This record gives sequence, C-alpha cells and structure tokens, in this order.
Amino acid sequence: MEIKVLKDILSANDQIAQENRQLLDSNGVFTVNVMSSPGAGKTSLILETIRRLKGAVQIGVIEGDISSSIDAETIGKEGVPVIQINTGGECHLDASMTYRALSNLPLQDIELLFIENVGNLICTAEFAIGAHKNLVISSTPEGFDKPLKYPLMFTVADIVLINKIDLLPHVNFDTDAYKKTVKNLNESVEIFEVSCTTGQGIDRWLSWLQNQLRNR
Amino acid sequence: MHELAITQALIGLVKEHAEKVGAKKVERINVVVGELSGFVGQSVEFYFDQMSAGTIMEDAKLSFKTIPMAGRCRDCSKEFDIKEMDWTCPSCKGSSIELVRGNELFVESIEVD
Ligand SMILES: Nc1nc2c(ncn2[C@@H]2O[C@H](COP(=O)(O)OP(=O)(O)O)[C@@H](O)[C@H]2O)c(=O)[nH]1
Ligand SMILES: [Mg+2]
Ligand SMILES: [Zn+2]
Repeated sequence: MEIKVLKDILSANDQIAQENRQLLDSNGVFTVNVMSSPGAGKTSLILETIRRLKGAVQIGVIEGDISSSIDAETIGKEGVPVIQINTGGECHLDASMTYRALSNLPLQDIELLFIENVGNLICTAEFAIGAHKNLVISSTPEGFDKPLKYPLMFTVADIVLINKIDLLPHVNFDTDAYKKTVKNLNESVEIFEVSCTTGQGIDRWLSWLQNQLRNR
Repeated sequence: MHELAITQALIGLVKEHAEKVGAKKVERINVVVGELSGFVGQSVEFYFDQMSAGTIMEDAKLSFKTIPMAGRCRDCSKEFDIKEMDWTCPSCKGSSIELVRGNELFVESIEVD
C-alpha cells in the first residue's frame, strides 16, 4: 500500500524554529543568523558591532562551532552574555541546538541577539533556526563568484555584507558583478560594503540594525 | 556533512506516517531531492542502513527522485533548466532569474505492508 506523505524532511526542524521565533518574539529579542564561509568575518563583525553599540543596545551572542570555543571566549571578554554551541561534527546549527542555547540566555535582558552559525555556505542555508534575519557575509579575497556556486545561501539571505573592502586593491573582486549576481538571485536583498578592520561602511550596517530594532 | 541529521529527520518522519496507518513494515521510501539541496544520496543510504536496523523500516528501499534546477526569467518569463550554474536566459539572454525548482527535499510517499 502506498501512502502519500508530501512532507518536507526538515519539517520537524522548521517546527522547532517557529517555536524559537515565538520565544524570541515574546522576549522582544531581534535575532540575526550570521552565515559565511570560514574566515569571512562573522566574529569580527559581531565584535565590532558590540563595541560600537555598547551602552546603547543590550546584545547577546550564540557561537556555533564544530568543536572549539575560541570565538566565544573572545566575545565573552566584551562583557556580553555568550553561549557556545559545539555541534559535535555537524556542519550547521539546527533549531533544537539553538533552542538549548536560548534556554541558557537571559533573554529578557537582550534586545539584539547574534547567532554565529558554523562557517559553511551549504548546509547552514537549509536549517532554519528561528532568527528574524539571515545575514550572509562574503569577503573580497573569496572572489566574486560565490553566489553562483552557492545560490541557495543567497536566496535565503535578507542582508548581504561584503567584508574586507580594505583589501580591494589587492584582490580580484568585481563588486558590481558580485552585487548584480546577488540581486539577480534575490531581488529584495540589501547589500552593504564594510571593513571590520578599518571600520569603513560599518555605520550603514549599524543604522540598518537600529532601524530593525526600532521596528521590532 | 549534514546527511546524518537528514537521515535522522527522514527516519522520524517515515516512522510517524507508518505508525499512523498501523503499518507492520515499510518497504519503500520515495524521496524527492532538488539538485541544489547539496544532498548526497549515497551517504544517506549509508546512515539509513545503520540507523534503520531493528526498526519498522529495516531493509526498506530508499528511492531518490532528483529534480533539476530550473529558473524563470524575470524579463521574458521563460522557464528553463539551469545547467552547470549558468543563470542566463536561453531566450533573451537576461540574467535576472528566479529559482523555481531545485531546492526540494521531501518524502513523497512510503510503501508499507
Ligand atoms: N583585512 C581585513 N581582515 C579582516 C576583516 N574582517 C576580518 N578580518 C580578518 O579575517 C580573519 C577571520 O575573521 P573572523 O571574524 O574570525 O571570521 P569568521 O570565521 O567568519 O568568524 C581574522 O584574521 C580577521 O582579523 C576586514 O575587514 N579586513
Ligand atoms: Mg568565527
Ligand atoms: Zn528571458
């Protein structure tokens, strides 16, 4: 006997992601899922944002990593609540790992939560975790053809940052071609150019964030 | 990669649906996989063989139907298969393409006894 199922394999994950979203909403926590290849600048961006918004916005961080806790330690030094998730070999965070981390954070004291996902442009795009916005970071040394190689990631993105623009004179990165490719995959995405090292462009990113927080 | 997590989710979903109809045995699982989903069938089979042992779906045949990537041109509305990541409209050469197929990952049906 054949039984129709027609259900997404990841529907159980999606269900938990929705519960995470409700938990975040009921505590008024605006949450950004930060995704990129390893080394594109996720931790650097989170650190720079914490430093700039210190005193103005209460920030919390969840650090996803396959096994190490170096990033969590660096962020902990900034004096913000941070929870480390070791995925134990999995190349992405999923909704239930995220739920466990959320249960260990003082959510009522947090206005803005960053979730640094595992450095990976493939699987992280497939597992919803309940964040309000998906942020994808590309960095100029990676080359400008990433969006065509990993289109799914760019179709789930709400905002894309091009990081390491201080290196533009030294690398082969065609910013216009990159932006056009991303916009073609995803018309509504917003794209900002930044450098976490020199601080260039960070103001625009911060005003985007503060706008989101006001409309939360 | 994430095939272990996918296999776990797959087994959970199949179990739920098989139990709902009081099945004694699951013989076949028909899965639909978009080309873009970065999913490696062989490694799901590998995990499935181990994780299904002793369950209602032990020895079930996993069948994967692959859906090629397809796009729709935003300029001329033509739908076409995207081959080798070439996101150009074959009709008007436009490059503003919306993905219409290729990111599926679902269980279409199960065959039970
Ligand atoms: N030149 C330059 N280097 C950067 C920039 N942002 C980050 N980096 C460096 O890139 C490396 C990886 O950054 P990190 O934030 O750890 O990346 P993650 O793996 O995505 O978290 C570090 O050595 C950073 O100092 C930038 O804007 N310009
Ligand atoms: Mg990091
Ligand atoms: Zn066309």
